[in-house]
Parts: sequence; structure tokens; C-alpha cells
Amino acid sequence: MNVKQYIAARAAKELKDGDIVNLGIGIPTLVADYIPSDVKVFLHSENGILGVGPTPDLEHIDQNLVNAGKMPVTVLEGSSFFDSASSFAMIRGGHVSVSILGVLQIDAKGRIANWAVPGKSVLGVGGAMDLLEGSKKVIVTTMHTNSQGESKIVKELTYPITSERKVDLIITDLAVFAVKKDGLHLIELSPGVSFEEVQQKTDAPFHIAESFNKGKEVTA
Amino acid sequence: MSKLITCEEAVKKVKSGSRIMVGGFGLVGSPLSLIAALAQSEVKDLEIISNNLGEPGRGLGVLVRQKQVKKAIGSYFTSNPEVVKSYQDKEMDVELLPQGTMSEAIRAGGAGLGGFYTPVSAGTKIAENKEERIINGKKNVFQEPLNAHFALIKANKADHLGNLIYNKSARNFNPMMATAADVVIAEVDEIVEVGQISPEEIVTPHLYVDYIVVKEGN
Repeated sequence: MNVKQYIAARAAKELKDGDIVNLGIGIPTLVADYIPSDVKVFLHSENGILGVGPTPDLEHIDQNLVNAGKMPVTVLEGSSFFDSASSFAMIRGGHVSVSILGVLQIDAKGRIANWAVPGKSVLGVGGAMDLLEGSKKVIVTTMHTNSQGESKIVKELTYPITSERKVDLIITDLAVFAVKKDGLHLIELSPGVSFEEVQQKTDAPFHIAESFNKGKEVTA
Repeated sequence: MSKLITCEEAVKKVKSGSRIMVGGFGLVGSPLSLIAALAQSEVKDLEIISNNLGEPGRGLGVLVRQKQVKKAIGSYFTSNPEVVKSYQDKEMDVELLPQGTMSEAIRAGGAGLGGFYTPVSAGTKIAENKEERIINGKKNVFQEPLNAHFALIKANKADHLGNLIYNKSARNFNPMMATAADVVIAEVDEIVEVGQISPEEIVTPHLYVDYIVVKEGN
């Protein structure tokens, strides 16, 4: 299992039986592969599907059946199709239990930037703002640092904010943070990762949760 | 009275400067035969309302490449690098809306509403010049409805009256766009006799649809 798969597997443990789940592009998409067999969730795709199934093999690709990342998918028994206005009414209306999203940055309050990069033309937002605003619970899955080695968990966002709404849980390759009223709380270290490493690679200040267990192993 | 016309006849109705809604999420559920006919025509300065502008040289991307688009309103244009270039070269203007706000604005346009307030995008760059209002303690922004001169949509089946059903995730923006334009032209895979689509299955009732064209080639 590589680190991205590890993050996805850790996120999958947060899902509960019966949850309606929307998965963003990138690491979040991988979460579908790690949902425990005793947990049944229903995957929502904002382009108008409830009940997304696994990726089809080449022979079974249907051009009219794609997910929000425009990749071919299948549907499971009990699935439904609907138009985009209905789909986003479900999201804004609080009918999606959990959204798992990728991010560019997270600030000390747990607010995120995930739609635009400063200095570049801003020509795409998609459903990022809707999902963050409307989902009952938002989990962020991300590498702890960017490709330049800089912390993605920052004191203040330098990228444009996606919503004033805070996320609920941050899962990186190094650690897990819960977002509370007073900011970020470290609740878990990944196997083999030291507290010092997390401290060094996290620009934002954070609390250490009472339940924090340095030795807690995650098996996926 | 038949609503059935050819793609060529359909696009002759479109004039330069028209505001046109075009269905599809990427190329899925996009009326590709109508777009191809539009690309063969001389019309320019089009204002396109669509989630994306196709891919380079595909779908609406052809109209971008041929510089037929003056302005685009949608949610995600970065999937076509030629749109980014065209915007940077100031050949084209772009208005960005969150996907849910865009689809609801089209729905509101078709339903005769004067707009709506939404919490989505409040406090962000996208809402910079929009009216803000606190509703039940929450910051909301006002969104005006969207309407157009034409809607070019894609459905799976039509009957001769213009009742439509769609195919899986190719439904996307098409049903709302069918309600929000002066002239609605539906491209379909197949036309069937009236009565062959169950009233329980019809997604777009025929009163919304002015013309039907049958998809050409692939």
C-alpha cells in the first residue's frame, strides 16, 4: 500500500453503515476501494448519480455513465439518476452525510482552499464550494506537504478560500487532526511517524487531543 | 405538426450574438451534432451557458478554437486549456459560477423566478460583487436567474410531440436548460411514436421542446 492508499484506507474507517458519501477527485476517489465489507454506503456523484459502483472493465464502459471526474463508472442495484439541479439540492440541502475532499491548503481554523491558485486565471470551480457548504460532515484527505515540501496546514490561507465553513477531520500521510471550535486537534500519528516530524511539518498551531495516542496503529 | 428538423435547419435559427445554453457534463450529454452544425455556420460572438466548453477541438471546444464564442458562463473551464489561453488573450470573457448555483439559476430562469439566495460562495472571491444577506444567521449571496435565446440539449429518446427521456448521467443540465430558453432544440438518439414512452418515465414534457433533431453519425 502506498501513502495515498494508506490515507484513503484511513478515511474509509470514518464511514458508517448507511452513509450517503460524495468522493472528490484524487485520493478521495481511492476511498471506495477500502470501505469495510460490513459497512454499506451509497456513493453520490454530483453529475447526477446515487449508487455509484466500481470502475467497469474496458468491455463494459458506457459513454453515458461517468462520475464527477468524468471517469467511467458502473451503478449498483437501487441506484438512481437525476439532473444537476436536483443533485446540488441534495448537497446544499444537507442530504449528503459525508464528503471527502482534496485540498491545496488548510488553515488553523480548519477552513480550506481547494479551487484556485493565486496568480493563475481562475476558470474552474465545479462543485467544490457546494460540497463544502452543504455536506453534513467534511473529511479532507491530503499529503501533509506539497511538492515543494511546504506544509499544506498553514496559519493563514494564501490561496483563495473555498467556503467559510470549517472541515471536520483532516487525514494526511503523517497524522489525523479533528477540527474543533478552538482549532486543530492532533488525534493520531500514522505508523512510524514521530510527533516531532508532524510538529516540524505543520505550520499552523494545533492542540494535542486528550485521547491522543502516539503508538496507535492503523490497520487497513 | 412535426417538430422534427435537420441540424442544418436548426442552426440557421441561431444568429450571431445569440445567448445559447448547451447541455452536457464535459462531452457526456452534450448535443454534439448540433454543435458540429454550429461550427459549420458563420455565426459568431456567441454567449454560451454550459458547465464546460468541451475539450480542445471537441464539442464546444471547436467553437472556442474557431473564435465563435464571445463569452462563456459555466462552472469548470480548466479542462480545456484553449479556453484558458483564449481568456488570457482577451478573445473571450468568462463568468464562473459554482456548479450548483449555475444549475439552480437555470432552473429559476425556467420557473419564472427572479433569482434566489444561496450560502454557497458567500465570503469567497466568486461572490465579491454580489449582494449579501444574512438569513437565519447565515451569510447568503443573491444569484440572478439565467435565461437564453436558445437551448441546445441532448436526450436519449423523444416522441413526435417532443416528450423526452435521458440516458444515465447524460441527463445532467439538459432538463433545466429545456425550460429556460426561448427556443429549445433537442438532439436525440431515437424518435418513437407518441404513447411509446410511459407518462411515468417522461422527464421533460413536450411543452418545453420546440424542435427535435436526430443525432448524426457518432
